[in-house]
Amino acid sequence: MDTLYALAHGFSIALTFQNLGLALIGCFLGTIIGALPGLGPSNGVAILIPLAFTLGLPAAPALILLTSVYYGAMYGGRISSILLNIPGDEPALMTTLDGYPMAKKGMAGEALALSGIASFVGAFFATWGLVFLAPQLVKVALLFGPAEYFALFALAFATLGGIASKNQAKAALAAGLGLGIAMIGVDGQTGVPRFSFGEVHLYDGIDFLVAIVGLFALSEVFIFLEHRGTTKATGDASSVKLGRLTPPLSMLKQTTPTMARSTVLGFIAGVLPGAGASLGSFIAYSVEKRLVDKNKTFGTGDPRGVAAPEAGNNAAAGGALVPMLALGVPGSGTTAVLLAMLLALNITPGPLLFTNNPDVVWGLIAALFIGNVMLLIMNIPMVSLFVRVLLVPPRYLMPAVAMISFVGIYGISGSTFDLMVMVFFGVLGWLLRKLEVPLVPVILGVLLGNQMEANMRRAMTISDGDWSALFASPLSIGLWLFAFFGFIMPIVAGRFFRTKYPRTDSELDPD
Amino acid sequence: MKNFVTRLAATAVAVVSLTAAAHAFDPGSTECIAPANPGGGWDFTCRQVGKTLQDLKLIPGTMQVTNMAGGGGGVAFAEVVNKRNDTNNLVVAASSATSTRLAQGAFPGNTMDQVRWIGAVGADYGIIAVAKDSPITTLPELMEKIKTDPTSVSIAGGSAVGGWDHLKVLIAAKKFGIDDVRTIKYVAFDGGGEAVTQLLGGSVQAFTGDASEAKGFVDSGDIKVLAVLAPERLEGDFASFPTAKEQGIDVIGANWRGFYGPGGMSDEAYDYWVNAIGTVYDSAEWKDVMTQNGLAPLDMRGADFQAFVAESVDSITTISKEIGLIQ
Repeated sequence: MDTLYALAHGFSIALTFQNLGLALIGCFLGTIIGALPGLGPSNGVAILIPLAFTLGLPAAPALILLTSVYYGAMYGGRISSILLNIPGDEPALMTTLDGYPMAKKGMAGEALALSGIASFVGAFFATWGLVFLAPQLVKVALLFGPAEYFALFALAFATLGGIASKNQAKAALAAGLGLGIAMIGVDGQTGVPRFSFGEVHLYDGIDFLVAIVGLFALSEVFIFLEHRGTTKATGDASSVKLGRLTPPLSMLKQTTPTMARSTVLGFIAGVLPGAGASLGSFIAYSVEKRLVDKNKTFGTGDPRGVAAPEAGNNAAAGGALVPMLALGVPGSGTTAVLLAMLLALNITPGPLLFTNNPDVVWGLIAALFIGNVMLLIMNIPMVSLFVRVLLVPPRYLMPAVAMISFVGIYGISGSTFDLMVMVFFGVLGWLLRKLEVPLVPVILGVLLGNQMEANMRRAMTISDGDWSALFASPLSIGLWLFAFFGFIMPIVAGRFFRTKYPRTDSELDPD
Repeated sequence: MKNFVTRLAATAVAVVSLTAAAHAFDPGSTECIAPANPGGGWDFTCRQVGKTLQDLKLIPGTMQVTNMAGGGGGVAFAEVVNKRNDTNNLVVAASSATSTRLAQGAFPGNTMDQVRWIGAVGADYGIIAVAKDSPITTLPELMEKIKTDPTSVSIAGGSAVGGWDHLKVLIAAKKFGIDDVRTIKYVAFDGGGEAVTQLLGGSVQAFTGDASEAKGFVDSGDIKVLAVLAPERLEGDFASFPTAKEQGIDVIGANWRGFYGPGGMSDEAYDYWVNAIGTVYDSAEWKDVMTQNGLAPLDMRGADFQAFVAESVDSITTISKEIGLIQ
């Protein structure tokens, strides 16, 4: 009851005209920032920090503005994933897998509306989780030492098989490529630069955003250039179907269990510091695929494949606020930026934040609820606006994509070197597409590879090189078992079912 | 008495010439490079100092902040040395991380004397802490435990191996009399927050970091500060914690924040910036910023600061060679 009382108090802080206005601006800007390739939630928040300073906002309104941008960007990322097959930010990566095929099938409107609803569900319940479970969940985060994190990332890679590809070997190759790219830069455990060729720009490693924008957005432009003049490139606007602007009830009904499961998984992934929203959407998608993809429709435009990552990544965004508010430890890149903001506002993050600054914490949580409802209301009517992007002929759209990519990347780092890296990734992406190597595992390798390696090495340092430390706790053993079965089961079970029920199998699988 | 008068006169002349120099140079539009993305420590240094400079009317208009991330500050350093060596209206935010990387040759081809060091605006002193239920209560006890069995203690910190959080522990260990500091187990995490979480979770036995990073956990009583690596006790919440020096281990670990300017900057411009940053440091406004952000005093400017950075680069080079980080 105390909690509800505190929450009510939070609403009394958040519900002023100024704060509502800030939340509205934040949600709107966030959606745009999320949708633009190259700009993700963490840059969006970072870019607006100076604005919050310039406006001289006190702590609560400043945080309301920035978290609205955060949630807004989590909503916005899906838009370009679905319409253009270009993830607007890294957590929206998984949404390309089924979102873009849906749009191609003429269901862009349904995909956008459904993903908006899934985002709302994920974020809404995650915020409730934040309200009631934050203190308990912090204990879960403390259970995760380096060995447990390593097992968690191993689990993520073990379930990678079958994501986004019919050809497992190519998916594995792509993941290996991503892992290799992740190794570039100064190794944190020894301080030695690797694969940097004495080039100081490579010391920090490859930024995922540069890789994503290059691999997805620029390679799309290259493909267009290659086919210029042909009908495939010029497109036929009259034949583009936009789909309905609201998802049919049957689709909502079909995806409800998916959203529920994905919300829970995403939220837990978000709570773990260092895992974050990308892992949330990834695990949500791969678990859903394992559980419900009986007809092998995932990857071809299955609505559940859109609902799962969107519910997952928005729930993770809420989950990431748990360690930030309750421990002062960022659960994702964006919350790290938010934490820096808290420090600059003279608020000491840490275990006492709830006690010392209740106005800030509960005002913020109330603002999350408000922002979330605003985003849903804003996003559903805007679907009709967004889908019109598909009506823009590619000869105008593609140059715009190239321009946004360059401006976006240069705007973040101010480095021409990053632009060259992006072009390199564009060419790489184009080549990989020609070879039909899926791009998603490449990014996952880059995204998760560093963390996986760092945690293994940390565990090894602590245990003095004793490998058994990786299997020492019940939690890590549990995670390893999941990883093992996640990897082995599809192979064994597939064979088992094929021999036992040959007819069913062939009926189910149209390929 | 005569002596006093001479000194007074000399000071007066110095003050007059300083003011004259400040007037002789017109900075025009000023720029501060933060060698990292918005939101980090260097970005904060640029923005807060820029705001104070403007409030005190030391610069005309606002100071433009340029974020130039990459290479842990190396990209910005190379840019200043190679392309903007003669710029007079430019300063760059720096910290102990900058001098550490310079000492370890992590900015390929660059050294500290390629730029002019202007002054410090404060320091965040290091702390060494353990979990609240740890049997260890003093820094010498921890060091003794490491000395007898180095494998029994893992120390977590927020910087990479060879970074400042790591070096602080090694310098302390050497002062205590541990000869082979390479046996000390240091585990690098992404930032102090993650490192403290691992201390609370029990994966590691000790934590090394900055006072400001640990403040939240110190206030809540979740961690026990063994020693503050400052010349004397800090003010405020940290006043009850002993320094390492009090416990017989004479080590100071200051994560300073300050500025450098291009190497080809004119003397007038250099004096102007030393004076301007010094005035910011002395102002009441800056005192407030310091207390708000857990910065402790560190008053170094001009030639003193140049010497201070040179000295810390030297000592970091020595210890890095000893642990085999550099040849």
